[in-house]
Amino acid sequence: MSKATNTASRWTPFALSVPSLALFALMVLLPLALTALLSFQQYDQDKGVQSGFTLGSYALVLGDSYYYEIFFRTGWIAALTTLICVLVGAPEAYILSRMGRPWRSIFLLVILAPLLVSVVVRAFGWSLLLGPNGVVNQVFELVGIGKAKMLYTSTAVVVALVHVMLPFMVIPVWTSLQKLDPMVENAALSLNASHWTVMRRIVLPQITPGLLSGSLIVFGLSASALAIPGLLGGRRLKMVATLIYDEYLHALNWPLGAAIALALLVINLVIMLSYNAVLEGAYAKRMGRS
Amino acid sequence: MSFLNLEGVSKYYGDFGALIDMSLSVERGEFISLLGPSGCGKTTTLQAIAGLIPVTRGRMTLDGRDITTLPVNQRGLGIVFQSYALFPHMTVAENVSFGLEMRKAPKHERDTQIAQMLKLVHLDGHASRYPRELSGGQRQRVAIARALVIAPPVLLLDEPLSNLDAKLREEMQFELRRIQRKVGTTTIMVTHDQAEALSISDRVVVMEAGRATQIDAPYRLYEHPKSEFISGFVGKTNLLPGRVSRSAAGTVVALAQGQLLDVDGGDFADGADVTVCLRPEKLFFTEEARGTLAGRVEERFFLGSQWLYRISSPLGELELSCANDGSAPVEEYAAVHLAWADDVARLVAAKP
Repeated sequence: MSKATNTASRWTPFALSVPSLALFALMVLLPLALTALLSFQQYDQDKGVQSGFTLGSYALVLGDSYYYEIFFRTGWIAALTTLICVLVGAPEAYILSRMGRPWRSIFLLVILAPLLVSVVVRAFGWSLLLGPNGVVNQVFELVGIGKAKMLYTSTAVVVALVHVMLPFMVIPVWTSLQKLDPMVENAALSLNASHWTVMRRIVLPQITPGLLSGSLIVFGLSASALAIPGLLGGRRLKMVATLIYDEYLHALNWPLGAAIALALLVINLVIMLSYNAVLEGAYAKRMGRS
Repeated sequence: MSFLNLEGVSKYYGDFGALIDMSLSVERGEFISLLGPSGCGKTTTLQAIAGLIPVTRGRMTLDGRDITTLPVNQRGLGIVFQSYALFPHMTVAENVSFGLEMRKAPKHERDTQIAQMLKLVHLDGHASRYPRELSGGQRQRVAIARALVIAPPVLLLDEPLSNLDAKLREEMQFELRRIQRKVGTTTIMVTHDQAEALSISDRVVVMEAGRATQIDAPYRLYEHPKSEFISGFVGKTNLLPGRVSRSAAGTVVALAQGQLLDVDGGDFADGADVTVCLRPEKLFFTEEARGTLAGRVEERFFLGSQWLYRISSPLGELELSCANDGSAPVEEYAAVHLAWADDVARLVAAKP
């Protein structure tokens, strides 16, 4: 009898997770596998996708500096977006966590508000602001800086990406700040630490896990962002996601699109995993994650 | 002039006075407790001394220097927080070391001081542990070590023992006193536990609604409370309302039911409304005689070292406690007679 309950209890967790596993397999693994298969198929300019196995699409990507350039651009735009999000989001989260009762919820809502608006609408909003006759340029003219070309440059893409990604940085950092005993800062102050030292040696190490998960989310989402580079980067400033979109829908070269998509996935995974391993390792040593 | 002086220190939040006209002189090496119920301003006092909150009015001096507006990170006082507020990402040694690093002490000097301090609080051998790996009592001792290692002129303790269980709390009380005696640091402790305040302090400041109502040595405070509130807050007490009646024959207090009580009238005028305070342990059972009080035991509680009786009498319900000396206790519902020595009843002004 006890044996029966044992086997039952051992299988219960698995049984309970079957629905979500099935959903995951159907919605993520299956399309991924199909994409992988597609990337090895042949493409003919006249006849379209052909059956058969070839590494041609990969060879094309690896052999052409045009693709390198796009991958490199995607990388630095995502990295810069992440960096700015850390620099803006961490202080923002800190200020938010020190706010009083009514203001905290109001400003949290303000920070989250961008998530409630479609990313396409926000991208159009930015293109209105940054356009040749947009509000920003009008202000520039007023101050006497003169017009600047911003729309369809990497600047516009980074600005809009930061705006979209900021909540994904603020929320994890805010969560780790919530776990911080506010008296700990006072304790450090009472030991003659300056406010700057308190930030650097007491607060920062304790919000590292939040910064870490925040930057992983922001980097991953930025590197695979489609709508913002599509609408604000224009036709010429391509990022990997817009490139994939073009291959699929304009060039109709599905195998090439699939190959680029998989390459992006692999690169993203490698960067995120190694980042995680390096920083998480250093963090685990200090916090003794058990 | 004393070592630490508070002159009329007040803290208002809008119209609400969290701390009103607090004046206190603390001598070097003294152990002072701020005692009172929650919301009485004792923590506000501590935070004002620490510099964690700006005061609305008043002046504070430390060793002759005005510290009223000095920011917290320049006062150099040692603070032990109620939550201990240890740095969770640092080891015990790193926690203790932090204050020394801020004072730019060289490494070898730091190491010897850390070792000394950890030894003092009996934590040698735990130097490389993290706070989350320690028990509550150990964390508390790390907090004390961290505050004391910078050799602060004043050590401030904010309810340091309230997070510990009863047995550990008692041990730590004596431990705290031992450390304080050894180091000789002037100490101010906030507590709501009267037993804690009485047992380890040189002087106790009783606070009520933002004001200090009595500042006295523990024994004097217990024996000569200045008000009904203090009498009830510091230890148990029987309170009997009465009126002072002075005559050529002497001073007596007329109690509610007309009984007359011989007491030392103190400064009270003839006809003043007063409350007579009688500590339960000052009452004792006796044979029926002239001047004794008849009563009946209503309830009896066994407290281990003591028996506590609740007795109904013509004066109202009284509590009597006596040591458990091994003899048979008085039964419940027994008719008894009570008495007390002449000089143990204390008069305080009646609550208006």
